[in-house]
Amino acid sequence: MEILVCVKRVPDTSENEIALNSAGNDIERDELVYSINEPDNYAVEEALQIVARVGGKVNVVTVGGEEDEEILRREMAMGANEGVLITDAAFEGSDGRGIAAILKAFVKKGNYDLVLTGVQADDGAAQVGGMLAAMLDLPFGSLVNSIEVLGGKKLKISREIEGGNKEISEIDLPCVLSIQTGINEPRYVGMRGIRAVASVPISNCSVAELSLDASAVGAAAAKVKRLDYFVPALGKGAEMLAGSREENIERLAELLAAKGGLK
Amino acid sequence: MVEGIESVVPVTFWLTPGRTLFLSIHFLGLVCFAYIVARRLVPLIRSQRDPRFDRPFARAGNVLKFWLGQWKHPRYRVAGILHILIFAGFILLAARAFSMLIIGVSPNFVMPGFAGESGHLYEAATDYAATVVFLCMIFAIVRRLVFKPARYAVPARYGKAHTADAIFLLVLIAILMVADSLFEGTKAAALAQQGQLAELKTVLSLPWMFKAALASSSIPLLGSLYFGAYLLHEVTFYFLLCYRPFGIQFHVETSLFNIYFAKLDKSTLKPVKWGVSDEQLGEVKSFGVKTFEDFTWKHVLDFYSCADCGRCSDNCPANAVGRPLSPRFLSIKARDYAFQHYPMFGHSGNGQPLVGSIYSPDEIWSCTTCGACEAECPLLLEYIDKIVDLRRGLMDDGNVPQSLQKPLKALESRGNPYGKLEKKRADWANTKEFQEICRVKTLNGKCGAESLYFVDSITSYDDRMQSIGRATATILDHIGEDFGILGAAEKDSGNEVRRFGEETLFTALRDHNADAIRSCGAKRIVTADPHAFNALKHDYKDVPPVEHISQVILRGVKSGKIQFNPAENGNNIYTYHDPCYLGRHNGIYDEPRAVLDAIPGLKRVEMKRSHDRSFCCGGGGLMLFYEPKEDQRMGVKRVQMAAEAGANVIVTACPFCMVNMEDAIKVAGLEGKMTAIDLAELADKQMVRKCPVANAARNAEPQQECVAGG
Repeated sequence: MEILVCVKRVPDTSENEIALNSAGNDIERDELVYSINEPDNYAVEEALQIVARVGGKVNVVTVGGEEDEEILRREMAMGANEGVLITDAAFEGSDGRGIAAILKAFVKKGNYDLVLTGVQADDGAAQVGGMLAAMLDLPFGSLVNSIEVLGGKKLKISREIEGGNKEISEIDLPCVLSIQTGINEPRYVGMRGIRAVASVPISNCSVAELSLDASAVGAAAAKVKRLDYFVPALGKGAEMLAGSREENIERLAELLAAKGGLK
Repeated sequence: MVEGIESVVPVTFWLTPGRTLFLSIHFLGLVCFAYIVARRLVPLIRSQRDPRFDRPFARAGNVLKFWLGQWKHPRYRVAGILHILIFAGFILLAARAFSMLIIGVSPNFVMPGFAGESGHLYEAATDYAATVVFLCMIFAIVRRLVFKPARYAVPARYGKAHTADAIFLLVLIAILMVADSLFEGTKAAALAQQGQLAELKTVLSLPWMFKAALASSSIPLLGSLYFGAYLLHEVTFYFLLCYRPFGIQFHVETSLFNIYFAKLDKSTLKPVKWGVSDEQLGEVKSFGVKTFEDFTWKHVLDFYSCADCGRCSDNCPANAVGRPLSPRFLSIKARDYAFQHYPMFGHSGNGQPLVGSIYSPDEIWSCTTCGACEAECPLLLEYIDKIVDLRRGLMDDGNVPQSLQKPLKALESRGNPYGKLEKKRADWANTKEFQEICRVKTLNGKCGAESLYFVDSITSYDDRMQSIGRATATILDHIGEDFGILGAAEKDSGNEVRRFGEETLFTALRDHNADAIRSCGAKRIVTADPHAFNALKHDYKDVPPVEHISQVILRGVKSGKIQFNPAENGNNIYTYHDPCYLGRHNGIYDEPRAVLDAIPGLKRVEMKRSHDRSFCCGGGGLMLFYEPKEDQRMGVKRVQMAAEAGANVIVTACPFCMVNMEDAIKVAGLEGKMTAIDLAELADKQMVRKCPVANAARNAEPQQECVAGG
């Protein structure tokens, strides 16, 4: 099975203190450390596990600049066969639809049975996967937390629904799936693994190679524009219960019941 | 001369002359033994190199102490004394057994040096030795069958009980002793009947008893018994010789070698591959132990040598709290694997990964590397190196628990497992209140100091542990030490990174820190974190000498620079918990206790498990992130031990112990009844302060660029 996984490099929320810049239109990026978007990493692991079971190839692709190569290498160290960096000055400032259009052009160039994305980027709006499927006119499964390859070019997929239950669906290949964290346990990649693929070339792909109309992507074509970031005003503090343990337990139960937390 | 008794050589047995019979048995026995040993050597030859042929005198010293001297045996009183008696008996009987084998072929053989009076003396000694060994066997059998010490039990998941095998071997040895004694006794009885000088004066020994019992037996009967005893001895001896390499008794042969080749530099860690420098590590195709052949030959010898005594697991904290790890079965399972996959006949080895077949990943990650097993093993088996090697193999395959991946990634990008910002590493020293008490310099090239205080990650970032950092700095300041910290330039010492098998990341952290340390110009390093202490001392090279704060405090006490106020609450009973990386791994047991005893009026008790039998609190570094499968927390067991000892204050000297102890006090429901405090915090609290004016004067005009974070 030929699988393409679309990945994104994001500020690592567990290793950064996110703060707004002084202008208030972006976050402070000077001291951020970046890593691959977590659900994307699960998607790559899932692709690798599928290929280990049924054979095939896993490619990873990202839209960005030179600095994004590091995540492609990390995924290649995990076992992805090829990493492609789609980069062009014309892509800068693309909105979600623009990114989906770029990815669509790239998918069209290949012959993929399955396209995976993470369910959402830490700094994103969970829109590219769905739009990409629509543009490709392919079936789309979202929030996927298990994949089973069936015969006859079909997959059995599931997603979690309310209350921890699972909804099972069958989906025709080729298709696009957005992958939820928890679908698997991604393997560890250390410095040693990354060093081992440090000199493997990463192919670059530009507007011309994708035969894209430059005016359809980038800032000029973006129809969604970010206006502002703001930090919500602090709400009221927590209510501290003062009393004996028994009184507190009773009061807490009352409060929870009043708010519908206890049935 | 007694008819038929003077020698077994001329006797005919089933038409075979004695000499021919015994020559054949010797030959067969030795050929079989040689073949078996040769087959057992195959895995050793196929495994990895391990240079253990250096420092013969130190190794011979180990043999004298741990093999001949049985040094570790008395740690278990009953089993230890029993073993010492059996071992001494075997050593004594060795020459007798040898000459006994020879006289089956050459009747007049006398061991050189054993003629005349010395020979008689030796005979007498061995008569008693055989008797003592026999009695020990009986005692051991009764002990196994009736008293059943808990540590011999085999949990269901590890297979069937080993009792039958153990008893079989004990019986065989008992038979050997009986045969030997009967041989002596019949001869003496026959001699006595013929009025010849009876040499057997060893009253109450087994041969003496046989002689007494057979005193009136007929000479032909004595002749048959004499021959029969010899034959029984012969057959049992060779059967045992050839049977031992198939079970726990193999240690009779291997223990001498195992102890001679034992690791001399305790607390150092085995490199990824012997003979491969750090720079060449990139070219090594596979890291760690994945298949059996990835172990070193010494580690395979360890597996052969394990006597299944269960002392390791009896002391293992992971085993005690129900984690899926038992060091005993780490060895037993590997030996079973070796016996199965390197059989006596046919093809050897199957190259299957060990984790997933005989070991589970949880088993390998459960170890806190506390070293209790190694401190106990009478045969000096190594466990930590094997665990670390197995972890290196898992790391290399990406088979790492999710709970450890985040901290590892954070260590890679931020130099600490919490993912906190580098620039905040010195924040603990920068609070306004603390700066009024003590100003901590950052050694950043512009200013230097005599000593470097290596803080390490947990003390730098953990709100609770920062108090240990401030106490340490205050003490150093109080004794007039010219010291500073590395601040943002410091990264995690990597002690656990290495012990969790991430060698490449460890090397990067070490190289970064070593560069920063060397360029800061300090001549000494002090730390209050035993894990950092251990890494700096054993894993780093070419850095200044390192001391733990307990050593510094004690020196201050001795020189009079530190004086303590009397203990505030006279009702408090203190106990000291030995952190594994301070005690067992670095032998610092007395200094912290001496500091406590220097506090006037402080009452201190010892827990049952202390010093090198200390019970691990649950592990430090990355172990804090790992989610083990266990019935109970180690820390809970530990605070209960403190309560049993009658203490209500646990003093420790390690920030990780503090995390585990404080959590455990809550989990055990001992809040309000038990507290934990770090040695540095206690010393800081009890110190008689200098005149605050002098303090202020010295800190009045700090060089701004030297102040932490400045």
